[in-house]
Amino acid sequence: MKPKYFSIPYIVWMGIFVVAPIFFVVVYAFTTADGYPTLQNFAAMSRFTPVFIRSFLLAFISTVICILIGYPVAYILSREGKRVQRLMIMLIVLPMWMNFLLRTYAWMSILENTGLLNRFLAFLGLPALNIINTPTAVVIGMVYNFLPFMILPVYSVIVKIDRSLFEAAQDLGANNFSVFRKVVFPMSLPGVLSGIMMVFVPAVSTFVITQLLGGGMVMMLGDLIEMQFLGTAYNPQLGSAIALVMMFIVIVFMYFVNRFGQSDEKAVGA
Amino acid sequence: MKNTAVSTVVKKPGILGRSYTAFILFFLYAPIFILITFSFNSTRSRSVWTGFTLDWYRSLFLDSSIMNAFYTTLIVAVISAIVATIAGTFAAVGFHSMRRRWRTPLMHINNIPMMNADIATGVSLSLLFISLGMVLRFRLGFGTLLLAHITFNIPYVVLSIMPKLRQLDNNLVDAACDLGCTWIKAFWKVIVPEIMPGIINGLIIAFTLSIDDFVISYFTAGGNVMTLPMQIFAMTRRRISPEINALSTILFLTVLALLIVINIRESKQEEKLHRGEDSRDR
Amino acid sequence: MAKELIRLTDCRMAFDNEVVLNNINLYINDKEFLTLLGPSGCGKTTMLRIIGGFLKPVSGDVFFDGVRINDVPPHKRAVNTIFQKYALFTHLNVFDNIAFGLRLQRNNGNKLDKFEIHNRVMEMLEVVSLKGFEKRDVTLLSGGQQQRVAIARALVNKPKVLLLDEPLGALDMRLRKDMQNELKSIQQATGITFIYVTHDQEEALAMSDTVVVMEGGVIQQIGTPEDIYNEPKNAFVADFIGESNIVDGIMHSDGVVEIFGRKFKCLDKGFDPMEPVDVVIRPEDVDIVPPKSGKLKGTVTGITFRGVLYDIIVDFHGFKWLIQTTDLCPVGTKIGIKIDPDGIHIMKKGAFSGMYGDYSSYSAEYDEISDAEHEQDQEDEEENEFVSS
Repeated sequence: MKPKYFSIPYIVWMGIFVVAPIFFVVVYAFTTADGYPTLQNFAAMSRFTPVFIRSFLLAFISTVICILIGYPVAYILSREGKRVQRLMIMLIVLPMWMNFLLRTYAWMSILENTGLLNRFLAFLGLPALNIINTPTAVVIGMVYNFLPFMILPVYSVIVKIDRSLFEAAQDLGANNFSVFRKVVFPMSLPGVLSGIMMVFVPAVSTFVITQLLGGGMVMMLGDLIEMQFLGTAYNPQLGSAIALVMMFIVIVFMYFVNRFGQSDEKAVGA
Repeated sequence: MKNTAVSTVVKKPGILGRSYTAFILFFLYAPIFILITFSFNSTRSRSVWTGFTLDWYRSLFLDSSIMNAFYTTLIVAVISAIVATIAGTFAAVGFHSMRRRWRTPLMHINNIPMMNADIATGVSLSLLFISLGMVLRFRLGFGTLLLAHITFNIPYVVLSIMPKLRQLDNNLVDAACDLGCTWIKAFWKVIVPEIMPGIINGLIIAFTLSIDDFVISYFTAGGNVMTLPMQIFAMTRRRISPEINALSTILFLTVLALLIVINIRESKQEEKLHRGEDSRDR
Repeated sequence: MAKELIRLTDCRMAFDNEVVLNNINLYINDKEFLTLLGPSGCGKTTMLRIIGGFLKPVSGDVFFDGVRINDVPPHKRAVNTIFQKYALFTHLNVFDNIAFGLRLQRNNGNKLDKFEIHNRVMEMLEVVSLKGFEKRDVTLLSGGQQQRVAIARALVNKPKVLLLDEPLGALDMRLRKDMQNELKSIQQATGITFIYVTHDQEEALAMSDTVVVMEGGVIQQIGTPEDIYNEPKNAFVADFIGESNIVDGIMHSDGVVEIFGRKFKCLDKGFDPMEPVDVVIRPEDVDIVPPKSGKLKGTVTGITFRGVLYDIIVDFHGFKWLIQTTDLCPVGTKIGIKIDPDGIHIMKKGAFSGMYGDYSSYSAEYDEISDAEHEQDQEDEEENEFVSS
């Protein structure tokens, strides 16, 4: 009995529950409801072009906002003392332990027209904002839900940068800002990349946030797919085709993000 | 000895940086405090405070649909986490002892459910279950839900154990065999105890993911079985009942308490480690 | 006469068609301290793992006490190993690490009661001077202490043979010296056969009864430390053990060799008349004399202070020699040299001729010593399996 055979049951499992399902998606995407091969599912997708564009646009915006908000948090945290760092990381992880549907639901009560935000604005004598059921609300929900997924990977990369590198850089004549620009930032890029991955993928495919905060007015790919499988528009063949295209675009996107990251790393000689 | 020297390069964040982090934390916690607060609200309103009550906590335990969903979630989480941990441990040990040529592609397949969008995993599994169900005569339900949870849990277990295996001294098993173990004995007496922190970590991650999952459950549970997140989703489409707030508050506080305990334990262990390092420096 | 304990006959080993051991024949006596010495990748660790039972030779046989043990798994061999990085069980404390083997013996019906285990472990802790450490976490021990635990863990099982794979590689210089003495005295006190793997020639010379020099999966020479140093069989051994100048020479008759056109007296015999040979001259065997009275004349081109001695590099007709001397000879000095007959060692020409013993690029010589890590990496690539039997 060799130890490498220990993984055989799981390899079989992966074959059935990881590889085969993807195969099914592919088969469904290329067949009609009667089981004949077709490309019709992909042709039918053109009328959903706005949904594709909206999904990728909103996911992109959310990812950028997550970087802009999350990166400084990770950087600031990395400069705190060990105890503070540990406490803060715990505080950032903790909200994820509350079910994300509920947290999103809480945003409904904040953003809705008679919600807490508008009550607060009225209290200050300011005009009410109409946010709920708009793309803005969806973006807020995405940023809120996925921000920790940006902070944590970036933070874990930054804290691992050897502090003597900072000193070496300063010794070689870099000021604080150029230490950041020439050392910290390039070296933290791998963290940013995995952050992008962890934010963008769930953002582009969400249907919970759009349904709760978009009120069905902001339809995204996730909604579209969900409708084809469990919703009124039942059509798993079309749904599979949409899912397949979505996965494909995501993979291509990730490939370019990674390529960009790698060439950048090479440029600084890391 | 405490290192009291202040680095001239790595300065601690100033007031601006700290208030910024404080603001982000406020952003992260505001919705949670609102949820908790309104679990004590005397009316169903989710934005107007009308007075304090514990009624929702009382009626929570009487609401059979919520409690059923809660039990389903708990049972699925416990079973799937345990099965995934056992399977993942064997899988990780197997992968680790393979040559890189085989290990790399298998690890890529292992990572698919983690990298892929939840909805894609959910949809593809549901297609598999529906197709198999037509042949083998079963329908979506508790069984398929459990299979789905095990499937998305194992990769995380494998991933939390692999680094521990990599840290192992290559000769550890040889040493155990040298001292009289058969290979299987060495596995149980040496490998498993040595990677135990990774196994426990994997178990906790699997359990949490399973409790929290909505999307994959939604596509694989069928119409008759509901997990708590599914129940919550169904409610958000109508009006959410404050009992859910109450249940979430209880869960949240439980987790909070657990984390505090773990944190205290870890920092004690770390202190012990630091003392050890000090004595080693001599 | 000493009794033979282990014998390897015609052992061959290969990973992925790459031969790592070729035609190994070796016997090891009871109570002997034998060292397998060679640069990284020479096959010494592989040989140790074959004796330990972690690898099976592709062909050839391993005998223990006259019994063929090719198919005996490690846990059934009366052999224990001390591994390169100790391989301590980090989930167990010092006591439990040492008791590990004893407790397994009990499980196999070889009744050992708790009391006896306790006594033997405590006894062992005393031998390795770790009394009072039994409750300690092994990860919190220093390198030297971890090393002692590993020794105790192996010795407590009273093995016939102890295999040591570069056991001192991770320790610093001073600790190494202390542990060398300690290991030697443990070996003498217990009378256990030690098979010791190292790439450090000084360590090998200082500790062993017998040294086996290996290179390229082949045994180059077997002998006592004195033999190996004074009578190297070929250029590789001469170069690997200590410093040596290796120059081409021609044997005129018994006891007369020609180097750079000059005849020198030597003690070696049995070569054909006018046979081309390799001549080994140790740096410390060269006497410096004024140029007029020297047999050879050269110019000093480099000098390094080494404490007691100076290492000087001297150019003779374009061939650079290393000479050790107590006299200060600044760069540019013209000197003459004399060599006593017993300072000259003649070797037959062989595969390694011309590859070693030239000091034209001197500084690289000293850097070859710390490369244990490299060998480890190579083996990672070969087999990542926990056990390969």
